Amino acid sequence: MTTLITFLSDYTIQNVAMGAALLGISSGVLGCFAVLRQQSLLGDTLSHAALPGVCLGFMVAGSRQLGSILAGALVTGTLAALFILLLTRRSRLKTDASLGAALSIFFAIGTVLLTYIQGASNASQGGLNSFLFGQAAAILRSDLQVMAVITVLAVGLVALLWKELKLVTFDPVFAGSVGLPVVVLEVVMTVMIALAVVIGLQMVGVVLMAAMIIAPAVAARQWVNSLGSMVTLAAIIGAGGGITGALISATGRNLATGPLIILGISAFVVISLLFAPKRGMIWELVNHANTRHILRTQQVLTTLYELSEKHGNPDYPTEEGMLTSYYQTNMSRELARLGQEGFVVPSKHMPEEGTHWILTDQGQQEARRILASLNPQDTQDLSPQALKASHAR
Amino acid sequence: MLANLLASIPFTIMATGALVGIAASLLGTFLVLRQSSMLSDAISHSIVFGIIVVWLITKQQSGAVQIIGAALTGVLTVVLTEALAASRRVKYDAAIGLVFPVLFSIGVLLMNLYARDVHIDEHTVLLGEIGFVWLNTFDVGDLRIPRALVWMLVMTFVNALFVVGFYKELKLATFDAGLAKALGFAPLALFYGLLSLTSASAVAAFDSVGAVLFITFIIVPPAAAYLLTDRLWKMMVYGGLIALASSISGYYLAVAWNVSIGGMMAVMTGVFLVLAFLFGPRYGLLAQELKRYEQREANATRALAVHLYHHEGGPEQVEENVVSALRDHLRWNDSKVRHALARSLDDGLINRQGDALELTTKGRMVAKEIFEPWGSA
Repeated sequence: MTTLITFLSDYTIQNVAMGAALLGISSGVLGCFAVLRQQSLLGDTLSHAALPGVCLGFMVAGSRQLGSILAGALVTGTLAALFILLLTRRSRLKTDASLGAALSIFFAIGTVLLTYIQGASNASQGGLNSFLFGQAAAILRSDLQVMAVITVLAVGLVALLWKELKLVTFDPVFAGSVGLPVVVLEVVMTVMIALAVVIGLQMVGVVLMAAMIIAPAVAARQWVNSLGSMVTLAAIIGAGGGITGALISATGRNLATGPLIILGISAFVVISLLFAPKRGMIWELVNHANTRHILRTQQVLTTLYELSEKHGNPDYPTEEGMLTSYYQTNMSRELARLGQEGFVVPSKHMPEEGTHWILTDQGQQEARRILASLNPQDTQDLSPQALKASHAR
Repeated sequence: MLANLLASIPFTIMATGALVGIAASLLGTFLVLRQSSMLSDAISHSIVFGIIVVWLITKQQSGAVQIIGAALTGVLTVVLTEALAASRRVKYDAAIGLVFPVLFSIGVLLMNLYARDVHIDEHTVLLGEIGFVWLNTFDVGDLRIPRALVWMLVMTFVNALFVVGFYKELKLATFDAGLAKALGFAPLALFYGLLSLTSASAVAAFDSVGAVLFITFIIVPPAAAYLLTDRLWKMMVYGGLIALASSISGYYLAVAWNVSIGGMMAVMTGVFLVLAFLFGPRYGLLAQELKRYEQREANATRALAVHLYHHEGGPEQVEENVVSALRDHLRWNDSKVRHALARSLDDGLINRQGDALELTTKGRMVAKEIFEPWGSA
């Protein structure tokens, strides 16, 4: 217990946790719009494109000063977005090739600048490498202030333009027709992605920021159906996963922070995809199995009914083995369920040949109801003759 | 001769770079055309996972095992991505962005934990160092050949074999996957073959240029070539040439500025893309603008001919078929009037006497052609 308290009151740990929380909130909120607008990979490109900006910021400031580094990253990120826009609008290249080209070319420029800095000044460049994969332990209080300002700015922008952003996200054509400046709002959203990237640079690094933008939004989407709750939940998941990963990194054996944060949040994604109510895969499997069970039970019931009709004997005992070979699968679970509901009863007929089942009155009514619901035009006449006639048609 | 070349460090570096570029753009051509470029981004990141897993199992940093392991990792990445997208809970682009970061993260953490003292680290993985290819060599007879060069030679050969051998099938699968499937060509199998080779090449290349820069070589030369030509085989040839030119120019610029050689080579591919985008013969920005300008002028000339023809011989001819009417009735501005007149005079469509304009026989033909395209004259 005391170790936990010392751990939590540690200066670095506090910094790291706060940084991770800021990152999670901002990328969670801003990422929702990117994912919903199917621009997930724009985040990937903009984060790679931040590398040359980091280097330029460093070269301008002459030292590892977060403000100018982030400003540089924002500038090159925006340039990359413009480059993509130009290529997709004015050349025959498609979105994917434009994204890939911008991503790799800007990153290449970044590596060139990185080596240039290493060649030119041999001292203080050590801090720059942490922007590749993130180094939570290197975060200072002053860095946190910068991050906090940007987060407040970005989230404030979302709150201010909430209605407009929502409309442009879900129905850009309608948004345009009611007179919203769609292009301006799209630019705002792109800049917002660049802002999210910038906040995460120190924690996660340029390579993995893509996932930081996508993952919280995807996880949140599985649980809720409205934009407001999705944004809120994404912020919570982002912060939760971020803090978890960052703390493990800060305590562990010099493990890179970025990968740990990404794995933390990706775990949330897997859990959400599997277990989220209604949309979760497990939920779907259970649902599917239930539906199948109900359908098969109905099938068995109507088969029993038709057999008894064929034999002109309402108490006709049907052999279970015959049902099994008819359906090519064991139907004892379905028969047991029918028995429970009082639709069938086992008979004592020739026990050495296996169990036989007889429909109850209730079971016959239910079977007629099911058959009638399959032929809705005959719902008025529920007599066996009418049913038989409709069945023969 | 060969021994001399191989002893020259610049040659080995440039040759390796060029081979990376050629091997990559052979495959990249199809990825760009299929609009799956971003899968190469995913693959190049996630092979980090494959590399470290294979290293942990076999302790081999490069060579055949690594390349096969990478091919499998590439397939794993794509299978996972497609499965996630097929669950319909995540869109395809988001699925790409979810899968590769996870594999990449696991790879980096495994490196952090188990491979601290080996030369594999996340830097090499991302950036590579093509400047050191000549350090790691092996001997064949009297020849000292850099390992990276040999592996890139092998991969280039394999890729070329694949592309040439399945040229027809690849072409069909790329441009009309539905038809390819209907004809029984298994486009999906071809696609996975393409992606396996992509990741195998990525591993072979990654010692020299690193994972991220490999993406440049996959996407950018074919993208630039796509802006230059409409023929599939030409696209591959142009892609290869651009890769070659980027390697050579990148090398010398990097040496001159003392920066990362691989990085500079990748930047040069970007320069070629921008050049193709601006000056491409048919799809370049400049060519498009020229074409648009040309069209505008031609339209103005035709409009002038029609205007004159329409009012020719009528009572209003004195008022309409004059220069000032273009300004006042057609509402053309001065520069448009000047250009249209100059061009029409040049083409011999009109005669000008002072302010009055008159169609020539040729000009009358042009106007008639517009009014009666079926040619009753």
